[in-house]
Amino acid sequence: MSEMPSTELSPAANRAVEAALGAGASAAEAYASRDTGREIRVHGGQVESLTAATQAGIGIRAGSGHGVGYASGTDLTEAGVTALAARAAEMAAVAEEDEYAAPPVPAEIEALPGLDSPSVGEWSAGQVADLALTVERTALAADPRVVGVETAVYADSTEQVAIASSTGIAASYEAANCFAYLQALAEGDGSRETGLGFGLARGPEDLDPEAIGAEGAARAVSMIGAGKPASRSCPVVLDPTVAASFAGLIGGALAARAVQRGRSPFAGRLGEEVASTTFALHDDGRDPAGAASAPFDGEGVPRRRIALIEGGKLQSFLYDTYTANREGTESTGSASRSGYRSLPSVSASNLIVAAGDLSTEALLREAGDGVFVTDVAGLHSGVNPVTGVFSVGASGRVISGGALAEPIREFTIAGELVAMLRAVAAAGSETRWVPFGGSVQTPPLLVSELSISGT
Amino acid sequence: MTELLDQDVAAGVLARALANGGRFAEVFAERRGGLTMSIDESRIESVQSGAEEGAGVRVVDGATTYFAHVDGLEPAELERAADEAASALRAGRTEPSPLTARAVTPVPIAVAPEGVPAARKAELLRELDQRGRGIGAEIAQLTASYAEARRVVTIANSDGLFTGDDRTRTRIGVQTVARRGDKVETGAETLGAHRGFELLEEDPGLIAEQAAQKALVLLDSRPAPSGSMPVVVGGGFGGVLFHEMTGHGLEIDHVHKGASVYVGKLGEQVAQPLLNAYDDGRLPNEWGSDAIDDEGQPTQKTLVIEDGKLVSYLYDHLGAERDGVASTGNGRRESFRHLPLPRMTNTYIAPGESTPEQMIEEVKNGFYAVSFGGGQVDPATGDFVFGVSEGYLIEDGKVTAPCTGATLIGNCLDALAAIDAVGDDFFMKTGICGKGGQKVPVGTGQGHVRVGRMTVGGTAR
Repeated sequence: MSEMPSTELSPAANRAVEAALGAGASAAEAYASRDTGREIRVHGGQVESLTAATQAGIGIRAGSGHGVGYASGTDLTEAGVTALAARAAEMAAVAEEDEYAAPPVPAEIEALPGLDSPSVGEWSAGQVADLALTVERTALAADPRVVGVETAVYADSTEQVAIASSTGIAASYEAANCFAYLQALAEGDGSRETGLGFGLARGPEDLDPEAIGAEGAARAVSMIGAGKPASRSCPVVLDPTVAASFAGLIGGALAARAVQRGRSPFAGRLGEEVASTTFALHDDGRDPAGAASAPFDGEGVPRRRIALIEGGKLQSFLYDTYTANREGTESTGSASRSGYRSLPSVSASNLIVAAGDLSTEALLREAGDGVFVTDVAGLHSGVNPVTGVFSVGASGRVISGGALAEPIREFTIAGELVAMLRAVAAAGSETRWVPFGGSVQTPPLLVSELSISGT
Repeated sequence: MTELLDQDVAAGVLARALANGGRFAEVFAERRGGLTMSIDESRIESVQSGAEEGAGVRVVDGATTYFAHVDGLEPAELERAADEAASALRAGRTEPSPLTARAVTPVPIAVAPEGVPAARKAELLRELDQRGRGIGAEIAQLTASYAEARRVVTIANSDGLFTGDDRTRTRIGVQTVARRGDKVETGAETLGAHRGFELLEEDPGLIAEQAAQKALVLLDSRPAPSGSMPVVVGGGFGGVLFHEMTGHGLEIDHVHKGASVYVGKLGEQVAQPLLNAYDDGRLPNEWGSDAIDDEGQPTQKTLVIEDGKLVSYLYDHLGAERDGVASTGNGRRESFRHLPLPRMTNTYIAPGESTPEQMIEEVKNGFYAVSFGGGQVDPATGDFVFGVSEGYLIEDGKVTAPCTGATLIGNCLDALAAIDAVGDDFFMKTGICGKGGQKVPVGTGQGHVRVGRMTVGGTAR
């Protein structure tokens, strides 16, 4: 962890807390962040756009009695912070009293080394442009049926965070992340297909541009000639990108806020059987490889590892301080921020789906005859987070006689989240970090039955 | 009009941005602020206020755009952004054209939300809560949200343009949960416009009742059917169907990359002659309307499908320059932290001549999709999905059982060509469209529309 952020952000956060108390708040917390990032998009062997940016801001949570108000802005000067603090106190006066809205008390925060990356700052724009160009070039060279690349992108960011509160919380950290991806276009049989390839790392030296380009090309080419499958119920294998999307939905439904308000399919099911024993899910906010890792959460509570589903049983929900107060339990360090602009909310950090012992080939053999889903679409509109009922667009391959057969697209897979977890028959052994559904590490999963709607 | 930066400062920033060459430079300055609050469990919470200002500077050279953005509007900050954007270029200076101010009449706002006390907004949320819960004892949960946002922008570019706009949007939303024994269903409704608080002076409580009724109806639902069948799509937000299956594919960036199924289709018959469709950024006070786009180009009404023929794509500045045409005023961006992209404004299928009753009567067995959660498309393949939140079976020409858990799925060109009836009951609804990591407000609209054959993805046989 770098000492850098405390030089400017921590004093601003401290000032904000003082100012909010001065404006009449009975409790206050300030979260300041500075994000330095760049993004390079390439197309047709040329740089299409190069974006460089720094943004910094602060968000102040003020309590008046037990009502909470929030104000955020980009002006970190003393006058700017004072004005924001007054605004937060004013907002708090509008909110209604809530006995559980007490701020967290400080707990010991263990340092988490390895989150920053010197190479993010050291690699020049030219070097990372070469990386993105290599992604594109590899995809184009992989197969004559790859006719283009819609976009190849490299992006990185270094985020500095400082938090301070009237209860004595004072902490900071710095974390770097980078990623590269492409959308390859392949043509054949009179149709055009797309394929995504991606990679995630702390620094650019850990990205493999050839592998990313090759993955996009392979995915696009494998879809050439895709038809529509017949409507039926059958075994389904979810590849890691798809399993991650579903894990993200499950993580969302395990957030105590939704659960306590009866808006989750897991409400009232703690300790009950909600999955097959082959499916295990953890949240780990300290996994050094996880993009969402940090020493503390969005309100200064230490991040940790939490078993959510184990042995087929629901072991825990995810809590921030508010939802923990409401149930008389402890925060799991699951208050997340999407930046300084909004209040923290309860959500997963890095979700980890446990690996099984079957290779992907063995998983397909186990499935016998079914469908291998490599992509899903329409998750934001096709999943009801309250009931768990889902129907989403999908594409992938037919599984015939235990092996991959012809490509298929333009169908839906439908079911209900808990029923799907209970039907997980096997987990693969090959896990992968995926940036869908949040930050998720997962193997492919075999679900014994889901509804397929095609022709 | 409020100018966020002095004309001379803007000229200086542009000159600096072109100090190392480039054929086009632009500075986009913005002050944005807003207030959101919500009610949950009949308690006002999450009262949040935000205020930001900053600028983005871009320099275009050949096929490459260099972009830098900074927080703050001090001349020193703007110059820093200009220097950063220019830093990768190595050529000699390009002279920008002298700036000429162009006046813009912003979309009129009658009651600025900033001037309305926060307590009044809290009172409105309590009214939504009571109205929704009043619909039936089976309404177990209700959350409602209020949001106001104002964006003041000033745009200057090296072609000599100096202009700006002042935009205020207001929106409320209600989500309900109904419960009967173990059966749980949800409903949602929104109301939003490029308007001030006057939007909420008529009968905002109506949307709470509508959201509650949707959830209650679904307590009697069965799982949606699966398979290919005729589908009647409801009016208003049903227009998201056209947004996904056609609108995105007409955005010129997709077309230029060969990543749209509408490449090479200009002038061709892509739909039956009964179909006419527009993108219109000038619909008065509509959610997706602005006086100018985020490149300073006046918004316009663009006919995209005329009697079933594809007649126009949707252009931003760079896309139009490449095709040697005028921008259609579709260069939009989420904020000063984003590059503009060709985006839809308000996109809709113009009213037709059928009545919804006729369209349903003519269907032997099919599906009636009334409310939607949203949709998604891959413009390159044309595959799209469309999540149905409230749907019904059509049996022997009659609307029968309510259904949940359906997604409509199809391919753009097939589904567009399969539209065989367009209703006369036109209206618009609000949406938030995501593309390239940027969210912008868009309007969608239509009367009822019938698609002759489409895949309904439920779980029932």
